[in-house]
Amino acid sequence: MTEPFSCPLPIQRHETVQMAHGAGGRLSQDLMRRVFAPRFSNCFLDLMDDQAKLDLPSGRIAFTTDTYVVTPCFFPGGTIGTLAVNGTVNDLAVGGSNPLYLSAGFVLEEGFPLDDLERIAESMAVAARNAGVMIVAGDTKVVQKGSCDGIFINTSGIGLLRDDVSLSCRNLKPGDSILLSGSVGDHGMSIMTAREGLSFRSSISSDCASLNRMIAAVLDEVPEVHAMRDPTRGGVAAVLNELAVSSSVGIDIDETAIPVRDEVRGACELLGIDPLHVANEGKLIAVVPAQSAAKALDVMRRFDEGRQAVPVGSVTADHAGMVVMRTAFGSRRIVDLPLGEQLPRIC
Amino acid sequence: MKHIDEYRDPALVLRLVEEIGKRAVKCWTIMEICGGQTHSIMRNGLDQLLPPNIDLVHGPGCPVCVTPLETIERALAIAAIPGVILVSFGDMLRVPGSEKDLFMARSEGADVRIVFSPLEALQIARDNPGKEVVFLAVGFETTAPANAMAVRQAAREGVVNFSELVSQVMVPPAMRAILSSPGNLVQGFLAAGHVCAIMGWEEYEPVAEEFGVPIVPAGFEPVDLLDGILKVVEMLEEGRGGVVNAYGRVVSREGNRDARRVMQEVFEVADRPWRGIGVIPKSGLVLRREYARFDAEKRFDVGHIAPQESPLCKSGEVLRGHLKPSDCSAFGRECTPQTPLGATMVSSEGACAAYYRYHRNPFVS
Repeated sequence: MTEPFSCPLPIQRHETVQMAHGAGGRLSQDLMRRVFAPRFSNCFLDLMDDQAKLDLPSGRIAFTTDTYVVTPCFFPGGTIGTLAVNGTVNDLAVGGSNPLYLSAGFVLEEGFPLDDLERIAESMAVAARNAGVMIVAGDTKVVQKGSCDGIFINTSGIGLLRDDVSLSCRNLKPGDSILLSGSVGDHGMSIMTAREGLSFRSSISSDCASLNRMIAAVLDEVPEVHAMRDPTRGGVAAVLNELAVSSSVGIDIDETAIPVRDEVRGACELLGIDPLHVANEGKLIAVVPAQSAAKALDVMRRFDEGRQAVPVGSVTADHAGMVVMRTAFGSRRIVDLPLGEQLPRIC
Repeated sequence: MKHIDEYRDPALVLRLVEEIGKRAVKCWTIMEICGGQTHSIMRNGLDQLLPPNIDLVHGPGCPVCVTPLETIERALAIAAIPGVILVSFGDMLRVPGSEKDLFMARSEGADVRIVFSPLEALQIARDNPGKEVVFLAVGFETTAPANAMAVRQAAREGVVNFSELVSQVMVPPAMRAILSSPGNLVQGFLAAGHVCAIMGWEEYEPVAEEFGVPIVPAGFEPVDLLDGILKVVEMLEEGRGGVVNAYGRVVSREGNRDARRVMQEVFEVADRPWRGIGVIPKSGLVLRREYARFDAEKRFDVGHIAPQESPLCKSGEVLRGHLKPSDCSAFGRECTPQTPLGATMVSSEGACAAYYRYHRNPFVS
């Protein structure tokens, strides 16, 4: 018996991302159906229109965008996807808005494993659910091998601004208290020690988390907060310097008050990096009038992401535009902006 | 944290400061050799705690700072050759040559990579047999053993596409140069703990004897540094030179014999130019003739390189302890970490960078 003759069909089921996944044809649809639609499903996205038509209550909205290129895309405590959701949620929340809707744009490198993409999409769905936001619009592009590093994600977000608060980096007043929601440096050192090339391994886990529920609770009870920021790239040092410059005030912080986990301290010591310069992805800096500090701390400590919240310093009329740290020995030094990339020292 | 907290104990720090205050009757100028020590002093504000009659000046022990501009230019030229992977410690990438640094070279398409150990550079060579892998081997006696090991390993395995651009320097000749320079202010030294971990302190004994100065190997934590300063002060007040070890948990008299052996096997002593200072006789290490094939300077002909230093930069005087960074007229004006005129403002261990980073404002001093 002879084999029935048939034309060879194109391969239907791929293990990795192909150029055709981004070409708008059948494979693009397959990618949407297999990876994104079942995980991000909501009443806006499910319509599959070119745009989401959103209902918004009247009032002012906050709008933000950020692009995520972290390597490796999986690390202890998160993925590039959780970072993309939580980062944009937090950028909206620290401005005093309630985050509602996100868009997600993916740039995928040809050959990126589809299983990994599914894991990343799943982690984004979970992060969005935890933060109470919907991913309502999306896009996928595929680029040739070597044109990007696996996967890049852009998220934009819309939040509804509260009208009972006024948060701005220009609002700091001498006498204000500086509050920090927990230990510093966890995210950056988790990434650095997860990268190839380091001859030591660590148990450091990223602090990647959405802060909007905690922030909403703080603002409900302490609407007089002057400013909030999440100390991501550049770390606590960069945020405090920006606040000091924007408000033309000085900031004094106390070295012994700043929580740094032992593993993070150890890794920073080995690499010669200041924990204050290391990125965080689930921490809040709040500047509040001194008389409201205890109440704000109390609210923050009710949440997992603020369990270790502490006062770390205060705003002063002296040394405007500068952050000065009192050391454990009573001496003082400037806390400067980090200069570009964090470079390990020679010896 | 074990092995750190006990050396940062505030009560112990204040007790040592008090003791130094009691012992120091006259005015003394003490140089800490190592840039890591300088940064720890500035970062912890130890200079603010010391009595006013103790003046700390900052030594040349910053590998990035003393690497000649010519070596940086040569590295940039080699990195620009197609098929070359230039591998370096992270610190070196930001050091400016006459027109650009290695970061800029990378953005222009050069393959420049950061490693934590020269053995990683050797691995890159094994993984890329079609490329030439050049390691920028700078540093003091601390980096020399590992840099030597990478060359010895490459020789044993027959890795032919690996070489090193060597700019190794040594501490004792620099100390002699400082002590013999006209107008020298330095009366006692804190020797660099990590260098002494390799070399021990034997080689400092002749220097201490010849010049009658106290030399005290010291660590990097506040308690280590203050304990070292106390020992120097005690010796100065008693009018005696010599070597006394204040870093017993790391440094022994003979150092690390295995590390010294591999250094001696691969490198030999030679005259070396120090950036900002000039040539110091017998102060450097170069590859021995048997390992000359691993010398990137010989392997790559990049022509004559004679770069010009900024005439405003006084890093040589800073590195010799003649000038405090903040007393330089360009400090914080023409010269900042964003626009460095000299390497002392670039390196994470450079004295000018330490002053700029921690103490540039009068409110803090």
